[in-house]
Amino acid sequence: MTIKIERPVLKWHENLYFPAIWGGIKVTSRHFWKTVGNWISGKKYGMITSTGRVTMEYPEEKWAVPNEYRGAPTLVKDPDGRIKCVACQLCEFVCPPRAITITPEPIPGQLPNATVEKWPKEFEIDMLRCIYCGLCEEVCPEEAIFLLKDYSFVGESREELVHNKERLLELGGMRQDKIYKWKNK
Amino acid sequence: MMTEPMIAGLWTDTVSFFGVHAVAVVLLKIAVVLFALLGLVSYTVLAERRISAFIQDRLGPNRVGWFGLLQPVADSFKFLLKENVMPAHVNRIYYVLAPCIALAPALLTFIVIPFGNTLAGEPMVIANLNVGVLWMFSIASLGVYGIVLGGWASNSKYPFLGGIRSSAQMISYEISMGLSLIPVFMHVGSLNLTEIVNAQSHRWLFLHPNLFLAFLIFMISSFAETNRLPFDLPESEQELVGGYHTEYGSMKFALFFLAEYANMITASALMVTLFFGGWQVPFALPESLSHPVTWLAPFVFQPVGFVYILSFFLKMLLFLGVFIWIRWTLPRFRYDQLMNLGWKVFLPMALANVFVMGIWMALSV
Ligand code: SF4
Ligand code: SF4
Repeated sequence: MTIKIERPVLKWHENLYFPAIWGGIKVTSRHFWKTVGNWISGKKYGMITSTGRVTMEYPEEKWAVPNEYRGAPTLVKDPDGRIKCVACQLCEFVCPPRAITITPEPIPGQLPNATVEKWPKEFEIDMLRCIYCGLCEEVCPEEAIFLLKDYSFVGESREELVHNKERLLELGGMRQDKIYKWKNK
Repeated sequence: MMTEPMIAGLWTDTVSFFGVHAVAVVLLKIAVVLFALLGLVSYTVLAERRISAFIQDRLGPNRVGWFGLLQPVADSFKFLLKENVMPAHVNRIYYVLAPCIALAPALLTFIVIPFGNTLAGEPMVIANLNVGVLWMFSIASLGVYGIVLGGWASNSKYPFLGGIRSSAQMISYEISMGLSLIPVFMHVGSLNLTEIVNAQSHRWLFLHPNLFLAFLIFMISSFAETNRLPFDLPESEQELVGGYHTEYGSMKFALFFLAEYANMITASALMVTLFFGGWQVPFALPESLSHPVTWLAPFVFQPVGFVYILSFFLKMLLFLGVFIWIRWTLPRFRYDQLMNLGWKVFLPMALANVFVMGIWMALSV
């Protein structure tokens, strides 16, 4: 069935375009002066509408990301200061873009957590490859890798954006642990 | 203005005595006008970005310099330093030629505009042509060739459509644009822009009912001539991906961009000159401004000359503002709507206007 949409029949003065142009100019002027007013009166941003601000001046102001936000993957330590990763390499294999490279090594004997078989000698995540999918966090049997909220990484070279073990641990920090699975092994 | 002709005579004598001076003065005027024009172009771009931002509740470029005032400088460096990519499928000669052809007429047309009365006896117009307006029209329509050529040379469908639209658009507005000005010439009796301005010393032309209609037609056609919304059919970024300049990048794109804004400035200047008294000031100026001063030893000039230039400049800014404001207010006309408007509305209207003007003049003799 065809639906015929009736075009409105314009009156002669509407056909002149001028009423419409004038109406449009009124709308744009209203927005213009309101924004200029806000800007001059120090509110500084674009017009603040019911849906919130239109412009956010980014480097000075940042979005408050929600808690479940998937930002950069990082390595964490438990409250005893032990690196939780056991270098099982599951994350390395699950990572879709192959951003993770792990070099495992046996934990040197004198360390208190030497009961664990291995730890990563080097742990690299290439942030230029990472797609923030969170699979590494999901797959990790030790809850050793977490995606935090950081999302903005800037570097001047490709090397700078490959996060090594130190950087990952520094970003990850300490995380409360309920189980202490390896403590009394 | 009592001493002005005297100074003028003196200065002209001196100048013609040293023929070199005449050339030097003209070159100086060209240099000043060219740089002022290009500077104004870049700041019009900034103004457009800022105003459009405010209209859309945004902030616009506000980082470079104070309130973003150095943004044009940053932009020009960016354009100059950008890699100059030429797509493999373009027609190389025309591809390079097109932006130049678009920009040159835009700058050339300004030379007949009187942007001030006289300064140090020197008329403030680069070329005081007797056929000023005709020159303006003939050169300004060359700008369209730049666009058509750009669309053709790009060898790609969207630019091509943009080029076609541009030529179709040109034939639909240019006749009414030219005809709309005939009442002005009937009224003033001259094609020389300086004389048209002088004729407005008591009453600006737009106050005359016929000429007001002429002004409306001319202004609307100017929007089409300068490819500005609501008539930016050759560009229409939503449907033609930028139209004629889709395949252009870096400085070549910038030239098209500059051409558009230079055209806008010239169109504003022309509207001011033809209908709004050019450099005239609507009120009496204090007598003291007309006394010649000699700050710079050999040059004797009257400060009032600067006031006239300023007056012209401010009026021009007003029209630039109108151009910008309209762009962010009105949606784009459809292709056939523009052609209808040009052929079926403005052409008869302009013709009738000429006719009525003739009757008016016959009756008022
Ligand atoms: S978040 Fe996804 S892409 Fe990034 S490192 Fe983890 S598994 Fe790889
Ligand atoms: S982070 Fe987790 S999954 Fe990856 S190697 Fe370490 S323990 Fe295994």
